[in-house]
Amino acid sequence: MTIQPLEGTSSPEQSRMAIDGLIQVASAWRVPLTVLALSVLPWVLPSKALAVNVLIYGTFAVGYNLLFGYTGLLSFGHAAFFGGGAYLTGMSIVHFGFNWLAALSAGIVGALLLSVVMGVLSIRTRGIYFSMVTLALAQLVYYTALQASSWTGGENGLRGFTVSKIDVAGLRIDFLNPLHKYYVVLVFTALALWLVSRVLNSSFGAVIEAIRENEGRARACGYDVERTKLLSFILSGGICGLAGGLSALHLAIVPLDTLHYHTSGLVVMMTLLGGMGSFFGPFVGALAFLVMEDVLSLWTAHWQLFVGAIFILFVLFLPKGIWGTIMGLGVR
Amino acid sequence: MDLQLIGMQLLSGAVLGAVLVMTALGFTIIFGMLGVVNFAHGALFMVGAYAGVMVAMQTGSFWFALLVAPIAVGAIGLLIERFLIRPLYSRPPDDPILLTFGLGYVLVEGVRIVFGNDGIPFSTPSALVGVVNLGIGYFPIYRLFVIGVVALILVLLWLGLEKTRFGLIVRAGARDPQIMRVLGVDMRRLWFLVFGLGIGLTALGGVLAAPMRNVSPEMGSIVLAEAFVVTVIGGLGSIAGAVVAGILVGLVVSMTSLFAPEMATISMFALMALVLLIRPQGLFGRASI
Repeated sequence: MTIQPLEGTSSPEQSRMAIDGLIQVASAWRVPLTVLALSVLPWVLPSKALAVNVLIYGTFAVGYNLLFGYTGLLSFGHAAFFGGGAYLTGMSIVHFGFNWLAALSAGIVGALLLSVVMGVLSIRTRGIYFSMVTLALAQLVYYTALQASSWTGGENGLRGFTVSKIDVAGLRIDFLNPLHKYYVVLVFTALALWLVSRVLNSSFGAVIEAIRENEGRARACGYDVERTKLLSFILSGGICGLAGGLSALHLAIVPLDTLHYHTSGLVVMMTLLGGMGSFFGPFVGALAFLVMEDVLSLWTAHWQLFVGAIFILFVLFLPKGIWGTIMGLGVR
Repeated sequence: MDLQLIGMQLLSGAVLGAVLVMTALGFTIIFGMLGVVNFAHGALFMVGAYAGVMVAMQTGSFWFALLVAPIAVGAIGLLIERFLIRPLYSRPPDDPILLTFGLGYVLVEGVRIVFGNDGIPFSTPSALVGVVNLGIGYFPIYRLFVIGVVALILVLLWLGLEKTRFGLIVRAGARDPQIMRVLGVDMRRLWFLVFGLGIGLTALGGVLAAPMRNVSPEMGSIVLAEAFVVTVIGGLGSIAGAVVAGILVGLVVSMTSLFAPEMATISMFALMALVLLIRPQGLFGRASI
């Protein structure tokens, strides 16, 4: 990153040092800080359901960002992991009578397996191919779910698995109460955030960023680029599966559209809106997107027109997203 | 299973293949020449179909629609290149993907605002209604007409690329834009025209598909996936690859629907997965892309 002197301030040195220090403290405490900010969200947002959605899609975007933002792979197939996690969570309850935690675990395992298969097929392709292949493979999952209607409910989506009470260590929590639900989901979001933060701080995290910056050089340094990419793909898929499973528990229905590539597009938009390749970005993006959707859909049925237009403007003028742009101002 | 049925199914597979070739052609040309992956491809296909239906309803002539709608949508393509794609040439290859994805939303929603959420019915033009006896069975005339049009377009495209000075420059530009610039060729103008041509062909695919598919704002989403499958199987940016892959996919889908109808759509994606395992760069692709 280039550091240029800040213009128009009386003591540029001082203010820059103060900002740099603040950023350092913030990034060392990024998981507790994010969780802290999220724990007040239900009181800030207009509705509790919206807050739960921010958590779920924020987790989805965090998982996606690991691949897109940090490894530099633009996947358009993550609906398969989000939707796959949602469907397997729901199906485990409907067809096998699992309890909610076992069902959620089944959803994550299912998403992991799916990401192994899709990863092996798509990582073989290079560069620009990757986006197309992931989209096409995710559509394969979509059409499979559409056809296997006795298992998935087909076009009507999967229904009939309302989780009303959950037991945690002898404590019975009313899952229909949106506030209780919010904090249960927050626990899983915090776990996912901790995992991603841990991965990014590890040497593996350094290697995936090296691959994003210069794949050839990473290969020349002796790193197994394909294996690293695949591992990042699988990790990302697992976290997105968790988000999908949480969404199934939250909605008590899995619409077929969860698997459609528009869901992949949604997470791409959120990540880009917030700022790809930054830790806070995906949550900022999910929040911005969902609030925008909430406000615009009250006003017009054609809110997607504005979503698309705003997205185009971001690609053209603010490719670093909201958070990335704010941080860019601070660093400069 | 009698042979006549299989023969008919092979023929309808070839027709489906021709439609798929037409679906992927504009996408492949834009990628091959510009290196831009157009995620608004499905939406522009849909816009082409709507434009065709509108022109045909206003003028009463399908033939007129077949000519005017692609030119009109191609002109929109020129505007898209000039104002949205051109600023991104110096950016990473992911940026045009992201931008065109957003553009797809805008186009689909725009069509919904103007024409409503429901599809609009469009019947086969009266001159092409009916079936013809091919010896092994009866076959819709319109589908044979589509094969004819696609073959004509391919011949014209081949002549244009191989036998004209413009085609020579386009091919050279696809191979090495840097050298072409050194030689004094205005690549920006070239890309501008090729993008417009690609979008025009996409729209033509939409008009041709209008009597066969349900014309609705969502019709583009399956088209986008189909175009991807055909292009990945054929090899990115290869026109010959798109033709062979399109027909191959058509045959596979058609034969699958004979034996296991519920697997028909899935078979297309399974074929792609198989090709990726055996030959990741696609049938006609160069390994270095």
